[in-house]
Amino acid sequence: MTPHEAKGATQYTTYHPRWYRTRVSTYWWLGKWYYLKFVLRELSSIFVAYFVVITLLQIHSLSRGPEAYARFEERMRNPLMIALDAITFLFVLFHTITWFNLAPRAMVVRLGGKRVSEILIAGSNYVAWLVISASVAWFILR
Amino acid sequence: MAETIQLEVTRYSPEHDAAPTFQRFEVPYRKDWVVLDALNYIKDKLDGSLSYRWSCRMGICGSCGMMVNGEPKLTCATFLSFYAPDAVRVEPLRYFPVVRDLVVEMTDFMVKLQKVKPWIIRKEEKSIADGEYLQTPQQLDVYKQFSMCINCMLCYAACPVYGLDPLFTGPAAIALAQRYNIDSRDQGAKERMDILSQHEGIWACTFVGECTEVCPKHVDPAGAIQQYKLTAAKEWFKSLLMPWGAK
Amino acid sequence: MATDAPKKLLEPFFWTLFSAGGVVAALLMPVHIFLFGLAFPLGWIRDLSHTRALALIEHPLVRIYLFVFCSLPLFHWAHRFRYTLYDGLQIKHLNEVITVFCYGGAIIGTALAGYLLLSLP
Ligand code: SF4
Ligand code: FES
Repeated sequence: MTPHEAKGATQYTTYHPRWYRTRVSTYWWLGKWYYLKFVLRELSSIFVAYFVVITLLQIHSLSRGPEAYARFEERMRNPLMIALDAITFLFVLFHTITWFNLAPRAMVVRLGGKRVSEILIAGSNYVAWLVISASVAWFILR
Repeated sequence: MAETIQLEVTRYSPEHDAAPTFQRFEVPYRKDWVVLDALNYIKDKLDGSLSYRWSCRMGICGSCGMMVNGEPKLTCATFLSFYAPDAVRVEPLRYFPVVRDLVVEMTDFMVKLQKVKPWIIRKEEKSIADGEYLQTPQQLDVYKQFSMCINCMLCYAACPVYGLDPLFTGPAAIALAQRYNIDSRDQGAKERMDILSQHEGIWACTFVGECTEVCPKHVDPAGAIQQYKLTAAKEWFKSLLMPWGAK
Repeated sequence: MATDAPKKLLEPFFWTLFSAGGVVAALLMPVHIFLFGLAFPLGWIRDLSHTRALALIEHPLVRIYLFVFCSLPLFHWAHRFRYTLYDGLQIKHLNEVITVFCYGGAIIGTALAGYLLLSLP
């Protein structure tokens, strides 16, 4: 066992000159678009959870009868709710796009010994998305 | 008079300074010069005390990584013309302790690299008389991308998770572990999994993805880590379903 | 070197739920939000009546669909939100509280979804 391993990974050599260490700012993600995009991507999950709560409320009102359901629909027509839902829609769309673009990097598909190109996988994800969205809409509206 | 360009370079002397400062230098501007050429000019002509690392000046040794205008770059592959006529700011690689000027302390990376056992592990070595381990071009293709790493540590300087949690194994080390895991000659995946399935291994990664953006060798360490997670999750469920199968 | 016994972590399990939830949210959520959050309330399309909505949800497959639709994305949220608080705000010392809050929330939401969908007429 080397001395480094004994003391854990953050330990450096035994002889210590005076090193200068910087601390990471809490706002590290603000300085650069790429990092900001990452944080927005992660925050999209809050909107995902928000819409699950809305769906649960909807199911709840559905079970309590026509009046309760009408009240739910009325609340959804509140301009503030619509604004919030519009933002939610944009964030979830952002989630969808980033998710499909990143997924092929995590999942390597090989056909005939060659890696299937990421664009092809992402592309088929988008096609599946459109087809599924259309079927869901058809099922609800039919 | 010939054109010049301003360089703002981090200076830090552990004997004299409490914190790093910047020093401005004016160097000739040449279209075919990279940042490293400018640093060499400073060292040769203006201030011989400037310390920094370099060796191959052709993007292969991985020793000249620094922050150029806030981005992790190989200074031997980053042209001044990209920034001219504005000043260029050169700082030591982010998140590593600074030893002096532009030189960082990299033992942390070396220890982590060794920990993930980036070499071929065999349960039983073939004897030399039995010949070499053969591999088809397809088998080579599976891991080739990850084997291009030059250990330049740019990806560490790009990784906020490493900055925030220095215990994180980090992009290059995990990508190199994966490089051996998927090598057809290797049998050490299980050993490496035990090390990397800790929280500080693959699970600390949040797929920021910037490591892949800055990698000069297109290794895609971020992809390697997610692929590793997928394998780890599969192994986890397998060991749940067939506890007797796990050895 | 003596290897410390590899701890059996729950990370792979929660990561799988996170990924599955990410897929569900990416594939299904936009159309739901568009319909129920925008198109119906804004009157672009005529609202579903109570009877019609009940008729839709009658089918057991629709209920299973809605259960998945609610549960998995909550685990997706739990994972991402936990890491965002952990890295973004650097409040590592509150790690346990955050974990309990996030996964607790997802588990409660899942239980609620199950209860609501089972108790529907
Ligand atoms: S993965 Fe890329 S950026 Fe990271 S050390 Fe290797 S070559 Fe450098
Ligand atoms: S000097 Fe070798 S990579 Fe730049």
